[in-house]
Amino acid sequence: MATTDNIHTLSVDASTEHLSEVRDFVATHARTVGLSDKDISEIRLAVDEAYTNIIKHAYKNTPSRPVRIELGFTNSQLWISIMDEGEGFKPEDYKAPNISKRIKNKQRGGMGVFLIQKLMDQVQYNQKGPYNEIRMVKNL
Amino acid sequence: MKNFSIAKRQIEDISVLDISGELDAHTASQLENSLKNLIDEQSYRIIVNCSRLEYIASAGLGVFMAYIEDVRSLGGDIKLTNMTDRVYNVFDLLGFPTLYDILDDEKEAVNGF
Repeated sequence: MATTDNIHTLSVDASTEHLSEVRDFVATHARTVGLSDKDISEIRLAVDEAYTNIIKHAYKNTPSRPVRIELGFTNSQLWISIMDEGEGFKPEDYKAPNISKRIKNKQRGGMGVFLIQKLMDQVQYNQKGPYNEIRMVKNL
Repeated sequence: MKNFSIAKRQIEDISVLDISGELDAHTASQLENSLKNLIDEQSYRIIVNCSRLEYIASAGLGVFMAYIEDVRSLGGDIKLTNMTDRVYNVFDLLGFPTLYDILDDEKEAVNGF
């Protein structure tokens, strides 16, 4: 993989108040590499879902906990890494939601991980010391 | 500032919610409150017009998931109309079009009740 020469970083507290700021941050940088509007809207949604999951699940809605978002490019890919220090996500325990069953049971949620997988070309969950990382890639 | 708003109007016994802006985990509670209020008022025929909805995340879809069963069991429905392609795509990815009445035009929804 070619090295990335430009990495953009945004550090925010884990709060839904920052959702639009986080979406706009990734969209602004994604636009500079000439991604299509469709790709950019998919990246915005994937990042929204990942950040929302950190707020709700990793930090269980505890405010003022740190989230760091990094974004960079290679010749062929845009990558986004989102890091938190909360409870890690175990992808092996995740099951795709049965939406019809959830509606019957008046449940919601569980859709973010599924959407991220659909929207991005690669998704990895890593543990780096105290940090959980979700790393998402969109091919250019 | 919240970049989401809801306006309510009435077409005979049908309540129409015009939703505008970005519906995410931050703004979903506004839609939730509006739907709860309608159910409390025993307004079970509901149209959500999405013509000015620019963005939706799964937290927004979750609101519809939470209330559709209640509304249908009371003889009503929540019909969704006038979505942009981008918003429809999110519903489609999650398989909502087979579970919800999603219509191109509000008039079709009115006639569908």
